Amino acid sequence: MALYESVIIGRQDLTPNQFEELVEGFTKIIEDFKGVIKKRESWGLRNLAYKINKNRKGHYILLNIDSSSDAIAEYERLMRLNEDIIRFLTIRINSIDEKPSPLMNNKSDRSRNELVNTEAVKITNEEV
Amino acid sequence: MTQLNIKREALRKPNQKKRKSCPFSDPNAPAIDYKDLKVLTRYVSERGKIIPSRISAVSAKKQRELSKAIKRARFLALMPYVVG
Repeated sequence: MALYESVIIGRQDLTPNQFEELVEGFTKIIEDFKGVIKKRESWGLRNLAYKINKNRKGHYILLNIDSSSDAIAEYERLMRLNEDIIRFLTIRINSIDEKPSPLMNNKSDRSRNELVNTEAVKITNEEV
Repeated sequence: MTQLNIKREALRKPNQKKRKSCPFSDPNAPAIDYKDLKVLTRYVSERGKIIPSRISAVSAKKQRELSKAIKRARFLALMPYVVG
């Protein structure tokens, strides 16, 4: 058994509930392989930094998994087949960070970042 | 060793600044994490390019970690590959 950290991005037109169910399906696969979901963190619907398959936004979720590599292989295979998943990243980690990840902090922070980004875009446009 | 150091000290011109040390090698420095956008955005240019370590003074080891983290953040659309 090894520790993994996985981030999944779902299509923007899913409702939060549909996305939850979808993730539920994937976590079940891990559990079928006797793996354990150690931590689960929903980042909600975030703006993507660039368009992916015509999506401007995506539902983000972070999972920390303790399972065998077979379970991860199957879990990733099924995600690749699922069109509602626009992207996922699974990495090996040495230890689970119990603290909430920096992205969880607050929405005000996020909107401020967006403001900064639009300003940056304006500046570059003027330069062009 | 010490003798050499003293010599170097003497050689340095009075107004020459000491080289900045790596911002991630400090004991209470932030950990490099692809999810920590506040830290990562400080090490990319306005265009979204990774700033070279010779400018940011990040050590070679930490720069490798940093560039990996930035690339992961880009893949997850948390950061742009190019701005504008």
